[in-house]
Amino acid sequence: MRKTLLIVAVLLVFIFGIFGIPKGIGLSAWKTAFTDRIHLGLDLKGGIHLVLQVMVDEAVSAETDNAVGRIQADLQQGGFPARSVLKPDPKQPQVIQIQGTPPDKVGDVRNLLDSRYGAQYTVSSAANNSWTLTMKQTEVQTIEQHALQQSIDTIGTRINNLGVTEPTIQEYNLGTNQILVELPGVDDLSRVRDIIQSTARLEIHLVVGGPFPTEQAAVQSVGGTVPPEDLVMAYGGTEPELIGQYYVLQRVPIVAGDDFRDAQPSVDENGRPDATFILTRTAGDRFYQFTSTNVGKSLAVVLDNRVQEAANIQQAIRDQGRITGLGKDKAQNLSLMLRTGALPASIHYLQESVVGPSLGADSIRRGVLASIVGMLAVMIFMLVYYHGAGINADLALMLNLVILLGFMGYANAVLTLPGIAGVILTIGMGVDSNVLIFERIREELRAGKAPAAAVDQGFAHAWVTIVDTHVTTIVSAIILFLFGTGPVKGFAVTLSFGLFANLFTAVFVSRHIFDSILKRKQRGEALSIG
Amino acid sequence: MELFRGVNVDWLGKKWYFLAFSLIFSVAGVLSILFWHGIKLGIDFRGGTLVYVQFDQPPNLDRIRAAIDRAGIHDSRIQTYGTSQRQVAISLAQKETQESALDIGRETIVQALNANYSSTGSANQGKLDLDNTSQGALAQFLQQTDPEHLVGAPGASEKYAQQAAAILSHRDKDLDGMFSSVDQLNGVADQAVVNQLKQGAYLSGFHVFAADIIGPQVGALLRRQALLATLYSLLGMLVYLWFRFELIYGVAAVVAVFHDTLITIGAFSLTDQEITLTVIAAILTLIGYSMNDTIVVFDRIRENLRLSRRETLTTAVNRSINQTLSRTVLTSGLTFLTVLSLYLFGGEVLHGFSFALVIGILIGTYSSIAVAAPMLVAYQEWRGKRGKRAALPAAKRAKA
Repeated sequence: MRKTLLIVAVLLVFIFGIFGIPKGIGLSAWKTAFTDRIHLGLDLKGGIHLVLQVMVDEAVSAETDNAVGRIQADLQQGGFPARSVLKPDPKQPQVIQIQGTPPDKVGDVRNLLDSRYGAQYTVSSAANNSWTLTMKQTEVQTIEQHALQQSIDTIGTRINNLGVTEPTIQEYNLGTNQILVELPGVDDLSRVRDIIQSTARLEIHLVVGGPFPTEQAAVQSVGGTVPPEDLVMAYGGTEPELIGQYYVLQRVPIVAGDDFRDAQPSVDENGRPDATFILTRTAGDRFYQFTSTNVGKSLAVVLDNRVQEAANIQQAIRDQGRITGLGKDKAQNLSLMLRTGALPASIHYLQESVVGPSLGADSIRRGVLASIVGMLAVMIFMLVYYHGAGINADLALMLNLVILLGFMGYANAVLTLPGIAGVILTIGMGVDSNVLIFERIREELRAGKAPAAAVDQGFAHAWVTIVDTHVTTIVSAIILFLFGTGPVKGFAVTLSFGLFANLFTAVFVSRHIFDSILKRKQRGEALSIG
Repeated sequence: MELFRGVNVDWLGKKWYFLAFSLIFSVAGVLSILFWHGIKLGIDFRGGTLVYVQFDQPPNLDRIRAAIDRAGIHDSRIQTYGTSQRQVAISLAQKETQESALDIGRETIVQALNANYSSTGSANQGKLDLDNTSQGALAQFLQQTDPEHLVGAPGASEKYAQQAAAILSHRDKDLDGMFSSVDQLNGVADQAVVNQLKQGAYLSGFHVFAADIIGPQVGALLRRQALLATLYSLLGMLVYLWFRFELIYGVAAVVAVFHDTLITIGAFSLTDQEITLTVIAAILTLIGYSMNDTIVVFDRIRENLRLSRRETLTTAVNRSINQTLSRTVLTSGLTFLTVLSLYLFGGEVLHGFSFALVIGILIGTYSSIAVAAPMLVAYQEWRGKRGKRAALPAAKRAKA
């Protein structure tokens, strides 16, 4: 009796796991209750699945760019200016080279570099009064980790502006520095791309020369090879006569990324859309210093590695500026991006999947149909083959399904199409334990044992085998879970939950039903097991 | 009802037939992998673009191929699927190493189809494609054209957004993704909106209902991961069986499972089907399943060896197989039933998955009788010839 209560309690607990407390009694209320507890995967619900690669190198590069400026200023202030401070190899963003420090001040330079940059960089000196600063590996990792986290946060904020319910934005462990974005119920890929992709990396660079009609011409203008402190960049604004042209810019930006505090879309005096930006206080000071000493030179506003506009410095500018040459959408997007925070590095798309809602609905229909057909076939067969004991197996099977789904409800697991396949497979394999036990009981009966003893022996012998088979299957399910991605993971989850449920139903519940039947039977009366 | 009552088959006596059977299938598979179809990897493993398109009537595949060829893509794979023949999967291999160009393949396909399949051709320039539009685009279209003269009034954009949502929900949930005529919207949206759509929108006659774009980098990672998962899973089982039985039991079981995997992959190659991520999941499942089957037989062998020590190994193994035969056939039969229902009713997405299991369950059942058990006996005979202890290590005592 106590066991019956336990079984009923388990049943109720897991039914609650599946449905919670439905808000009504109609079919649709139960349906909603079900999908509230058990979340459907993207392949069933429809939606967008993206895997993004954060180019964390750029964050490291931005940090060393910044350091280049600081080192130059520090050496200048200390009274031992260097001939050049630059990054010799764009492929190694963590290396800074200083050349031509005053030969008589080697000790002072060493002191200054060690005290100000020693924590972040390994400082080594070479011949000809040159120095190499290499960013420490731990520091590189910190910056990369920070860039990844900031990207996740920023994309999260932007996605929230889209109004998506239950988006997933998290680190993706397939490779390094990747982000998984899942947006259920959204199928407007181009809009999502616009919002996520626009890194809105806004920078202001000093113009060395340009515009040039071709890239070669731009390279020629600086002597055939681009020196490490410069770079060539294409025009990306809206002025028709400048489209397709190139500029040579100083590599290190004057202000960049985090220096922008806010931006608003506005219109200029001719009614054309533009965006006004505001710099942070420190960046404003720096910008003022720079513009006041460089009046007459040209500055380029660079957005996502394209020159947006280039203009002469008319007077010193402190913390406000205006960017023209944007379309209306671009101006609006840009200000949204700058307000939600810029991405610390650009982003590449590694994978995109879009599942339309009609496919998802179709998959659900088919998955449910296949489950019902499979389950009915198994149940009918068990009844025909094992008669009374078949009812036993069928009850265990249904309880198995309830526990499996209930588990998923409690664990907030996601049901995917391969997950449904896992459920179906669990049904097939779930009867395996029953078949093992029943066959064994039949054998014992055939050997002439009394029903009670046969049941007892049957369960005892089959138990060893059941443990072995379950453990090995769980081993493969766990490995599938660890290595699998997305839908396949869903499959591993349902499979393992199903196996656990099966241990309980096939061994404990089925045994209990046998025992209660035996108790009611007269001595010597046969057991109905086909 | 009872099958296989008191069977007494000399399974081990048939080992040469089994060997021949296994060899024929494995070698056929291996030959096909090496010299014929090879292993055809799905988009998820090789990287590329896969676009699922539904047409309003069964399309002419040659016309689609020509359209895509004209767009400059020459290695597309096009196949119809589903019972209606109206759905087509178009896949392109990924050549761009530049991940920023990921979307190009998809856009090319949509443009090529648009040029060829929209009902009124170039007359639709600048109009809204109602079969493929997204909710955002439709809402924007309504707001711009403003059929109900609401703009400026409070709640105008919400009203249009609601209508757009209703229209697309009708398209995707009630109409299976496509309209056959704009008139189907009567009653779903306001009449003014429907009239506006009749003028400003068109039906292209196809609907891109899913797309997968996988960069080469992810493809390579997934490939590696799938391989590792399979190997680790085999290794994990070997270790467990070693611990529960003896090493030779583990080795025999793993060889049997490897045999199943090889034949299943061979079957994919022979039938020229793609191996995708879900197929790998199915293969891992069949590894677990076939292992189950083998363990049931091994458990019985262990038990019989302990009970009657005078019995030769060959008789013990034969008897164990016969005793468990009924269970083996029943379970396989029932699992096969469920997998078959998955294969028949599960739809295209699960086709490869259920195909792998259909093959795998047949082979997995066969291999536990025909590969794993004979290996135990062969091992013992080999030891006997070398003058070592002739008896199979009388497996560890069952611990449970």
